Amino acid sequence: MASAAPKMEPPDDQSAGAAFRRYELNGSYDEMFRSADVPRKQYRQLYTQLLNLGPDELRRSKQEADQSFFNQGITFTVYGSDKGTERIFPHDLLPRIITAAEWETIERGLTQRITALNLFLKDVYHDAKIIEDGVVPAKIVYTCKHYRREMRGIKVPRDVYVSVVGTDLIRTPEGNFVVLEDNLRVPSGVSYMLTSRRVMKHIFPALFRKCRVRPIEQYSQVLLSALKSLAPEGRTEPTVVLLTPGSYNSAYFEHTYLARQMGIELVEGRDLLVHDNIVYMRTTFGLQRVDVIYRRIDDDYLDPLVFEGHSALGAVGLFNAYRAGNVAFANALGTGVADDKAIYAYVPKIIKYYLDQDPILENVETLLMSDAAQRDHVCQKLDEYVVKAVGESGGYGMLIGPHSTESQRDDFRARILADPRNYIAQPTIYLSTAPCFVDGTIEPRHVDLRPYVIYGDNITIVPGALTRVALRKGSLVVNSSQGGGSKDTWVLQN
Amino acid sequence: MLSRVADSLYWMSRYFERADNASRVVEATYGLILNPAKFSADERWFRAVSSLARGTTSSDIDPQHALFLLVANPEGVFSIMKCISGARENARQVREEISSEMWEQLNRLFHEVNGADLQPDDDSGAMRVVNLVREGAYRFHGITDTTINHGEGWHFIQLGKYIERACNLSILLDAYFSVDKNADDLDWVGLLSSCAAFEAYCKVCTAELRPERIADFILLQPEFPYSVRYALDRMHHALTSISNRSLSRRTGKIERLIGRLRSAVTYVQIGEVIRGDLHMYLAAIIDQCRELHAAVHEVYIEYPIEVAFES
Repeated sequence: MASAAPKMEPPDDQSAGAAFRRYELNGSYDEMFRSADVPRKQYRQLYTQLLNLGPDELRRSKQEADQSFFNQGITFTVYGSDKGTERIFPHDLLPRIITAAEWETIERGLTQRITALNLFLKDVYHDAKIIEDGVVPAKIVYTCKHYRREMRGIKVPRDVYVSVVGTDLIRTPEGNFVVLEDNLRVPSGVSYMLTSRRVMKHIFPALFRKCRVRPIEQYSQVLLSALKSLAPEGRTEPTVVLLTPGSYNSAYFEHTYLARQMGIELVEGRDLLVHDNIVYMRTTFGLQRVDVIYRRIDDDYLDPLVFEGHSALGAVGLFNAYRAGNVAFANALGTGVADDKAIYAYVPKIIKYYLDQDPILENVETLLMSDAAQRDHVCQKLDEYVVKAVGESGGYGMLIGPHSTESQRDDFRARILADPRNYIAQPTIYLSTAPCFVDGTIEPRHVDLRPYVIYGDNITIVPGALTRVALRKGSLVVNSSQGGGSKDTWVLQN
Repeated sequence: MLSRVADSLYWMSRYFERADNASRVVEATYGLILNPAKFSADERWFRAVSSLARGTTSSDIDPQHALFLLVANPEGVFSIMKCISGARENARQVREEISSEMWEQLNRLFHEVNGADLQPDDDSGAMRVVNLVREGAYRFHGITDTTINHGEGWHFIQLGKYIERACNLSILLDAYFSVDKNADDLDWVGLLSSCAAFEAYCKVCTAELRPERIADFILLQPEFPYSVRYALDRMHHALTSISNRSLSRRTGKIERLIGRLRSAVTYVQIGEVIRGDLHMYLAAIIDQCRELHAAVHEVYIEYPIEVAFES
């Protein structure tokens, strides 16, 4: 902690890294610095620029960026307020930079991983060979909260279960990217990747050009063509829609943004109706057939006939239309079984099983609490581990051992013992740090990396990502629901 | 266009027009009660309230609180604040369909009106809100006309605005003419101001205030935006533009209804109307507007799916 009162800056200190005065490396991998005051090659342009800009200029840029976010309406709704309060998504001014070589590894690794997970989903909902062969235990699969019995034997278009994936990567202190979490259900955040790029181009045009940053603007086209490829046979001009829970949802901005970017209709459940297993939307012209639904609603709420009976977000009969092959969902239903945190521990084996390859991106070591020996070990050393509930996301239901109190640990120990299948533990990993502009100076903050993978005719990963930042000093939690923010992520041309 | 979206645009517009109308009526009435006349202030307030909420009886209203009731009553369905909230709530559901300028204007107005935090006896505070809304309405209309594509959505906005206006004007005329024996010149000025029509009337008919001419102007004048005739013509235009886009739909009923309505104000002489039963005549216009509303809803918004699968 910087406990000393801020000192008046001697004038001759201006050039000698004044901007980085409070930049303390803490043992995590630092994205920018190899060692104190020695920037990595890919960050040299940025480093020089930051040395030349005074804090006032940075502050002005930050204000300009904030204003730009606000004017574009890049906001999220704050729940529990009837005054229509909207805030801009917290973001950091300084870009996170990834080299061409690093990106190449990420791209290969994610392609391999998503290919295998998609094969796994197809297998689990059909012959379940992987279970028969004893690679993944039946108990773990069938007790998974997001396993959907209703999906058994259903043929999904082109066998693509996961059209959009947002995988969370972190960088270990050794500098390797490893996978922390797969998000195969309804990953969000891509609108922040796209809009913050637009803002950054405006704020740092010269730097942007000098760095030779690869473009990401094609994301919407790539996504639209992947969605169209799922259309039922014979529907040559398919109607694709984005299904949103409505304007009260915190991600509503993203839904409207993507619908507009792709030029597709933004529908709510009440706009849809199903007749003879065909899905229609109600327009002023009459009913219009819907072929592909990019749904931003969880499985549970899609069809009250099959899932949550009281849900008003979906539409009655959607699932039967889906089963009849008259409409496609992206992502398919039941994909949550493959991003369950207990299944996660088996992903290296899953990759080996289907592709006969070693994983390019490693997993984080994961202990299953359903295993008695591992459970005993973790329960004794809870202050060293991160414990997560398997079906949760968004940073909820999580214990970070080293930052926890005795009573929190007791609470989690009791919860683990009560329902071991529901928990996993991972050693606490100190995510890499990246420079952030905080309170007028540049300080390191922990970051992760979420690239977006689109599975259409083949797997495409636009060269960019959402870098999420734990804006609170020392915090390891990057989720936006827990005080995280974002950064633009620059993938460099070779 | 999605039916839900069309419906929200329509209601956004109707609520906004309702607030706009109420602000003019309240302002005109507030101006009137300051003068002594055959009418008491209570009677004038009652006339204002009954012209905004048809079917209210005098026992429902406490004249002392009429101003607060009309401007800020959180429970009443017809207070200006309620209408502004209704308009904004509908706009919020379809933010992507309206321009950001429209949203900003509506949102700002909503916050200004709500931020006023009115107390029941704060007359000048209430009048400030009335002013905000009246001026905000002109701005909103201008922004709406200039910042969005004049396509189907815009036509639904127009339809909502003018159907609301046609009804409001008819109710207002009824309220004034049902007690016209006691009315003095000031009352007629009040009626004209309630329709933003005083200056326009003077230009066309001179400042001589004759009830028959006033009725003629507000009811049958084809060139003045706050006349029933004008509103019905605009409704006709909006409905035709919408139905031209949807070739196969059953719009016959709508065409008949709007045709009959228009002929009721196009081919009559004001003398016949006044000498006949004005009240019945106005009531017929209002009822036919309601029928038309129901027909539009049935054809474009909530049509039965059996109908959708015929043809």
